[in-house]
Formats: sequence, C-alpha cells, structure tokens
Amino acid sequence: MEQKNNYSIIVPTYNERLNIALIVYLIFKHLRDVDFEIIVVDDGSPDGTQEVVKQLQKLYGEDRILLRPRPKKLGLGTAYIHGLKHASGNFVVIMDADLSHHPKYLPSFIKKQSETGASIVTGTRYVRGGGVHGWNLMRKLTSRGANVLAQTLLWPGVSDLTGSFRLYKKSVLEDVISSCVSKGYVFQMEMIVRASKKGYHIEEVPITFVDRVFGSSKLGGSEIIEYLKGLSYLLVTT
Amino acid sequence: MKHVLKLISLLVVISALWIGLLQASVIPQSHTWLLPIYFIVSLGCYGLLMVGVGLMRFPTCPQEALLLQKDIAEAKDFLKQKGVDVGSD
Repeated sequence: MEQKNNYSIIVPTYNERLNIALIVYLIFKHLRDVDFEIIVVDDGSPDGTQEVVKQLQKLYGEDRILLRPRPKKLGLGTAYIHGLKHASGNFVVIMDADLSHHPKYLPSFIKKQSETGASIVTGTRYVRGGGVHGWNLMRKLTSRGANVLAQTLLWPGVSDLTGSFRLYKKSVLEDVISSCVSKGYVFQMEMIVRASKKGYHIEEVPITFVDRVFGSSKLGGSEIIEYLKGLSYLLVTT
Repeated sequence: MKHVLKLISLLVVISALWIGLLQASVIPQSHTWLLPIYFIVSLGCYGLLMVGVGLMRFPTCPQEALLLQKDIAEAKDFLKQKGVDVGSD
C-alpha cells in the first residue's frame, strides 16, 4: 500500500495583500501533480491581506487554502506552531510570503526528499546554482562573515543557517520546534542546528533569493549584537 | 554532549599537546612558548581568507529579478481575470 504524500505549506503573513495572491498563484503553477494545502497564518494584517486570501479561497477552494489567522503579530516561531496544528499533510513546507522564496523550487525540494529520504530539506543561497540578488557589498560581507563564524563555532552541517525556505517531515518539525525558544532569524538557526544535533538527515538544495526589501540595509549594529548573542546561546545549549 | 563542551575538550587536547611539547623540548623552548600565538593568528587568517574567498565567489542571480518580474506580471493577469484583487499595495 503506497501512501501518497501530502504537503502542508505554511506561509506566515503580515501586510502581504499583493504578495500572498502572487505566491498562491505560483505555488499552484509549479505543483500541478502534487497534493498540497496552503496554510496562511496572518497576524491581523491591517492592509486587508485576509480579504484577499478569502478571494483566493473562492478561486482555488477552501480545502486547498486554509486561512488560520491570529489577532496580532505574535512571532514567527509561534506562527509555525499555529500552522502546524492545522496541517494535515505528512510533510510541511515553510516559506516567506514576500516572494524572496520562489515556489518554482518546491519541486526540487520534493524530489530531493524522495531521492534521499531526508527528514529535512533546506534551501541554501550560498552554493553554486543558488544565489542572492539585491544585496550590496556590505550586506554580502556581513552575511559571509556571519556564516564563517557560525560554521567555525557550531559545525552545523549546512551551508545556509539563517534560511527559512525548508521542507520538513511533519513529525520532525513537531519534534524540533518544541525545543526551540529563539526569535527571528536566530530561531531559523536554532531549528536547523538542533535538528542536526538530534541526528536528523538533512539535505540541501540551491535556491535563489531575490531580496524584496530595497537596499536591504536593515542590518545594523543591534542586529549584529543579536546575532552574536544567538550564536553564543546556540553554542552553549545545543 | 553540548557543542561548547566539544570545543572545550578540543582546546584541552591541544593544550595538553602544547604542554607536552614544552616538557619534551623537541623544539627549542622559545619557539614552543609562541605556538599558541601562531595558532590563534593562523586561525584568524584562515577566517579572514574564508570570508574573502566567499565574498569573491558570492553567488548572485541578477537574472532572477527579471524572471520574478515576469512571474509577477503573469500572476497579476491571471488573478485579475478571476476576480482577485491585485491592485497595488
């Protein structure tokens, strides 16, 4: 008896009324022969994101697009946990709503997982075949420096630690997420490092990342401090 | 075992080797005393090298931005036809 795979795609949103429609269209375009559902976890967006999702539900079906909102911004980690509660698939994909993660890579995630039987497939921007667009030199430098530091200290076994475009076996995501407490991108790092330390089979696929925030100069001194604190925390607790 | 403990035990092993070298006097003592400095400096240089090389070889994908614009236009067309509100945000 062959069990067909079902993919629950969790997309946390906040003020993404246009992008959520685009991303839903692109997911349907690139996953034609796949059983999946999209779970939109919207944190009370004031721009009408939920109204657009309801229109999408009329178009694609309420069984394919689940709207599971929350009253206000409550953080990324809890958004995933909230989405997980409503996920009926045996695999879970997490991705950003702003089109920096392109749905065209979803088939390659699925293929990699079925070829290798991996528990987690994570997208990496830093290998050949992958890449980033929209980062200036300073941003690339901090990214590279941060990556070298993390690789030297943590030996994580993956090339892109802060990426958040990933495919998990549902049971694995449930297990890993329950032991993570960080916030923001440190949360993404904590997830993959903990999974690696727990011995889960992790594979990578190259992805391209088009940064939608113009200039992406959002990396200031405080972000660097947060990053170092996050690294130290992971060093001591994983 | 916590990762930090792994790193500490590695440091302990390296330190034991260093002390062993000091005792055994295979290399002249003056050199041996400086070994930790050489080690730290080499580590720093290696780190800087990795950052520099990585920066030079940083994979970029300018064509992806264009492809994305095409995808966005295609999506907007389709969705507008089907009655989904894709006015600019």
